Amino acid sequence: MGKPKRLSHPSHPRWGEFAIESTIRVLAFSSIGFVILIFFFLVREGFPIFWETSPENLFGTRWYPTFGLFGTLPLILGSFLVTVTAILIALPLGVATAVFVREVAPNWAREILKPMIEVLAGIPSVVLGFFGMTVVAPLVREVLGAPTGLTAFTGALILAYMALPTIISVAEDALDAVPKSYRDAGLAMGATQWQTIWRVVVPAARSGIVTAVMLGLGRAIGETMAVMMVTGNAARMPLTLDSLFRPVRTMTATIAAEMGEVAQGSVHYHALFGIGIILFVITFIINAMAAVTIFKKPRRGGLR
Amino acid sequence: MINRHLVQRLGFTLLGVISLIVVLPILFVIGNIVVRGIGAINWEFLTAMPRGGMKAGGIFPAIVGTLLLVLGTAVVAIPVGVGGAIYLAEYARDTFWTRILRLAIINLAGVPSVVYGLFGLGLFVLFLQFGTSVLAGSLTLAIMTLPVIISTAEEALRAVPGEFRLVSASLGGTRWQGIRSIVLPQALPGIITGIILGLLRAAGETAPILFTAAAFYLPRIPRSLLEPTMALPYHLYVISTQVPGMPPRIQYGTALVLLTIVLSMNAVAAIIRSYFRRRREW
Repeated sequence: MGKPKRLSHPSHPRWGEFAIESTIRVLAFSSIGFVILIFFFLVREGFPIFWETSPENLFGTRWYPTFGLFGTLPLILGSFLVTVTAILIALPLGVATAVFVREVAPNWAREILKPMIEVLAGIPSVVLGFFGMTVVAPLVREVLGAPTGLTAFTGALILAYMALPTIISVAEDALDAVPKSYRDAGLAMGATQWQTIWRVVVPAARSGIVTAVMLGLGRAIGETMAVMMVTGNAARMPLTLDSLFRPVRTMTATIAAEMGEVAQGSVHYHALFGIGIILFVITFIINAMAAVTIFKKPRRGGLR
Repeated sequence: MINRHLVQRLGFTLLGVISLIVVLPILFVIGNIVVRGIGAINWEFLTAMPRGGMKAGGIFPAIVGTLLLVLGTAVVAIPVGVGGAIYLAEYARDTFWTRILRLAIINLAGVPSVVYGLFGLGLFVLFLQFGTSVLAGSLTLAIMTLPVIISTAEEALRAVPGEFRLVSASLGGTRWQGIRSIVLPQALPGIITGIILGLLRAAGETAPILFTAAAFYLPRIPRSLLEPTMALPYHLYVISTQVPGMPPRIQYGTALVLLTIVLSMNAVAAIIRSYFRRRREW
């Protein structure tokens, strides 16, 4: 079904029509403007850090702003530790739930599960952070027998649940896009529904599931409040095996916790914007990669 | 060989159990906050200024602040977002620039909330000299909300069958007349749902307003758009991490009020969607 072609009315040029179309076009393309503005102002406020301190300092292992040490490595590694752990938890849970909702669950279970997952997506991050502090962290401390429950693992646990709605809904769309004929073919070969799901349907939805993981990753790495409230915020290099069960500090938490206390235009201020640039670039790359898979038309062989 | 039907039955059970593992904590979070917060809720808590270093009194200015920020966000984000969606769904062809536009929207959706805060600080607070204010916070939240509104509204517009546009055109209507009087009204429930989903995100966010709008302690209603304000999510952050010896009753009460606002917006969106989906004639 193509769209109707623009109708021409040569008798009276429609200035109103032209004005409205132009306005709508400007409103739409303002989105590109906003992305450029975000990048411009991050660079404007953050770029001076690259000549105010040496690269060795900037990519060093110590973040002690009061002593002029702006090593971002522990923060970057901290973000990656928490985020990757979160995705490792969320991926199996998310894919299993998506498969259950799309392929297995009876209607009444689907009617309960889907709204619940939407509710999870709506819970503000500061509320989950508060819950993490008051309920999850004490639990983690008791189970691990650690001195504190505010650890990278606690953050990853909360983050995993925050990434779940994204992962589940994108994975569900991916499963939905697999033609019904694939399932019929699997069943007709004598495979059980279970075998068909894991050997035919899920592999066919592979690229969509990768997109789901990418978008979940992007969401998790940028998450701020919940992570800041439950990870303990110690800027140490998470290199040892037990780092997961110790306090850690992420890039986002550093910006949120310290920006309120710095003087505008100071080296520390520029350094925090510098971390903002790093975050912006990382999420830009992750989302652009996810977008590439979205732009690709899904394979639609046969009847659905 | 193991009975493969038994394997299937066990597998399906496992999937069900995992779904429960996903869903039960959500119920537990909500239940925990409702049970422990409900005792704090009374008329004074909702309508009084905070007293005694926020350890007594109410959270009125935080509630009003959040409503003001959401209102400011709506004023900016709705026209820009719906306009963008109309362009993408009704006018845009698949050109290089449209692809760049879609990439930009996907990336706006992915920019971390704290980076929006930095951007708002750089552009609105400092460069445009709005200061830490309701205005700067609303504009920052509006840009953050845009991609949610654009993508849901575009989907709603695309769901309207092409025949509707053809009929309008066949009666001599221009493209915009068709959109305004046929397509938009049909897509309205979906668009409103998208707007509510976007605004509820704005209502719950803390990081974007940290350095653009939020006041630590300001026991009054802002007198103009250029004043800072208290806000519920930031207030919850402050009283749960920055103020020692805070009574848990007030913390849970604040969390409950925030959760109630956000989840009731969520429920309204869901009701609109399902009600109109059932009534739809196409």
